[in-house]
Amino acid sequence: MLFNTTFRKIFGLILGIILLLLLMCASLIYGYAETNVVTVVKAFTNFNGSNEHIIVYNVRLPRALIAAVVGASLAIAGAIMQALTKNPLASPSIFGINAGAGFFVVVAVSVFYVNSYQTYTWLAFAGAAFTAFLVYFVGSLGREGLTPMKLTLAGAAMAALFSSLTQGLLVVNEAALDQVLFWLAGSIQGRKMESLYTVLPYILPAILISLFFAQKINVLTMGEDVAKGLGQRTGLLKITGALIVIILGGGAVAVAGPIAFIGIVIPHFSRFLVGNDYRWILPYCIVLGGSLLVFADILARLVVMPEEVPVGVMTAIIGTPFFVYIARRGFGN
Amino acid sequence: MKKYYTLRIGKDKLSFLIDKKAFFISMILLSIVAVIFIISTGIGEVMISPLNVFKTFLGYGTDMDNLFIFSFRLPRIIISLLVGVSIAVAGAILQGLIRNPLASPDIIGITGGASVTVVLFLLLFSDKNNSLIINIKWMPVAAFIGATVIGLLVYFLSWKNNGSSSIRLVLIGIGLAMLTQSLTTLFMVKGPIYQAAQANVWITGTVYGATWEQVRILLPVVVILFSISIISVRNVNIQELGDELATGVGSTVQKNRFLLLLLSTALTGSAVAFAGVIGFVGLMAPHIGRRLVGSSFGALLPVSALIGAILVMFADLLGRTLFSPLEVPAGVFTAAIGAPYFIYLLYKTRNS
Repeated sequence: MLFNTTFRKIFGLILGIILLLLLMCASLIYGYAETNVVTVVKAFTNFNGSNEHIIVYNVRLPRALIAAVVGASLAIAGAIMQALTKNPLASPSIFGINAGAGFFVVVAVSVFYVNSYQTYTWLAFAGAAFTAFLVYFVGSLGREGLTPMKLTLAGAAMAALFSSLTQGLLVVNEAALDQVLFWLAGSIQGRKMESLYTVLPYILPAILISLFFAQKINVLTMGEDVAKGLGQRTGLLKITGALIVIILGGGAVAVAGPIAFIGIVIPHFSRFLVGNDYRWILPYCIVLGGSLLVFADILARLVVMPEEVPVGVMTAIIGTPFFVYIARRGFGN
Repeated sequence: MKKYYTLRIGKDKLSFLIDKKAFFISMILLSIVAVIFIISTGIGEVMISPLNVFKTFLGYGTDMDNLFIFSFRLPRIIISLLVGVSIAVAGAILQGLIRNPLASPDIIGITGGASVTVVLFLLLFSDKNNSLIINIKWMPVAAFIGATVIGLLVYFLSWKNNGSSSIRLVLIGIGLAMLTQSLTTLFMVKGPIYQAAQANVWITGTVYGATWEQVRILLPVVVILFSISIISVRNVNIQELGDELATGVGSTVQKNRFLLLLLSTALTGSAVAFAGVIGFVGLMAPHIGRRLVGSSFGALLPVSALIGAILVMFADLLGRTLFSPLEVPAGVFTAAIGAPYFIYLLYKTRNS
C-alpha cells in the first residue's frame, strides 16, 4: 500500500481528481481540429458559433464527460465484482457481461430496427443482468462453489457464445453491421450528450449507493461466516451488489459498447495504492477509472491521425499485460 | 475376451494396440460421416437424390448433377470434413495437455490469434478494388503464424518457476483471447465496410465458397498433421498423468508439452485459415469422444476426429439449407449447440 495514512490517502485522492480534470481538459484541447486553450475557454465563455467552438462544445465535451463516467462505472463494477466473488479476475468483460449486453443491443438493432438510446439502455441492462446471472449460476455450481477457474471459464464461454451469435446476426444483416461495428469495438466517438443523459439517472445513484455500501463490503470480504456472525445480512448485500454491477456494467455498455479491462486494472491499482479498504478503493476507482478511459480516448484519436482507433482496443492493449500479470501472480494466496 | 487386438507388422518392428470397442465405434461414426456426406451433397437449391449422388460419384451422373456436385458442393463438404477433423484433433490434444476438459483452442485464444492475422492479411494485401494482390494460398500461412504466436505467447507467459501450469495457461489464454478479439475488430474497422462484412462472415466460421484449390492445400496439411498426432499419442497419454508422474515415468514434460502445443496450433491455424472460427467444435468433439471410448488417447483421437467432421458437416448443412436462400455461417450453429453443452460440462464437472 502506497498511501498508508489517512492524510496521504486524501492527498492521493486530490491528486487523482486533479489528474482527471487535467486529462479532461486535454481531451477538450487535442484532436483532429486544431484548437488551443484559448479557443476552448472562449467556447465556454463566449460561444460564437465557429467550427472550432462547435467541435469543442458539441463533440469533445460530451466525449470527455462520457469517458469519465463510463470509466468510473466500469472500475466500480469491477471492484464490487471482485469483492463479491473473491476473484481477482472478476470484471464486466471477463464475466461476459459486455458480450451479453452487446448481443441484446444487436438483436434490437438488426431484428427489431430499434434506434433510440432509451431502448438501447434498457436492453443493455437486460442483457447484462441475464448474462451476469447465467455466469454466476454456472460458475457457482458444485461443492467448492465459485472458484476463480470455473467463473472465468463460464464467463469466457458465455462471451464466446454471445459474440458468435452477434456475429451471426450481423452476417445476415449487413446494414446493421455498418451501424453497430464501431460500437461493438467499444467506442465513445460521436456519442451525444443525450446518450449520457439516458444512463446518468441510473449510473449516478448506483455509484452513490456503492460508496454508501463500502463499509459493508469491507465486512463481507472478511468471509461470509464472519460477516454473518457480525450480524450482516449477506444475501441482501450480495443482491444489492449484483444490481449495482448490472446497472454500472450495462449502462457503460449502452453508452460506449464493450470496453474491456478497465474493470480489472483499476480496482487492482487502487488496492495497490490504498490497501483493502473499500471506503477508499471505490473513490479511487471513480477517479482513476475515469482518468484511464479519458486518457485511452485521447490516445485513440492521436495514434493514427486523422483516423480513430476504437477506445476499447486501446484499453485492451493497455490492460492485457496487467491481466497477464495478475493471472501469473495467482489468486491472492 | 481381450480388450485390445495387437497388430504387428514385420518382425515386431511396428506394432499397434487396437482398442476393439474404439474400432467398432469408429466404424459406426465413419458410416455416419459417409451418410451425411452423401445426403449433404444431395441437398441444396437443386435437390439430387442420394441414388443419383452415388451414381455421379461412380461417374454415371448427368451433366447437370456433375456440375452441381463436383463444382459447387463437393469442395465445400470436403473442406468442412477436413476442418472438423483438424479442430477436433487440436482440441483433443489441448485438453490432454492442459488436463482441463474445459480448455479448447477458441477459449484460450489460439483461434483468436489466427483471426487477427487473417483479417490483417486481408487488410494489408488488398488493393483499392478489394481484390487480393497476392495469392490466397498465403492466407493459411498467415493464420498459422497468428495461431502459433498466440500459442507460444500463452505458453511462455504462463511459464513460472521452471514450468507452465495448466491453470495459468487457461487464464492467460483467456486474457489474450480478449486482446485478439479487440485487435480483430480494430482491423475490421480500419478496412472499408465491404471488407468488414467479408471478414465478419469469415470470423463467424463458414465454409461458403470453398474451392478445389483450397482442398488441395488443406488436404495434405491435415493428413500430415493427423499422422503426427497419431505418432504422438503416447506423449499425450503421459501428459495426462500430471507433471510429477509424467516426469517420474521419464517423459521430458515441458519439451513434449511445447511440441504438442505447437501441433495443436498448427491444426487450429489450418482450420481457421479456410473456415474461420467455427467455435466450440474443439471443445465438444473430444468430450463426446471421451464419453464413447474413454480417455486413452489412441482411441480418443480418431473418434473425436470423426465426431468433429460430423459436427462441422452437419452445421454447414443446416446453415445453407435451414434459412435458404440465406446462408447462415456454420459457426453460429456450432456455437448454439456448443455453449449449452459447455454449461452442461461445467455442471457435470462441478465437483472435480
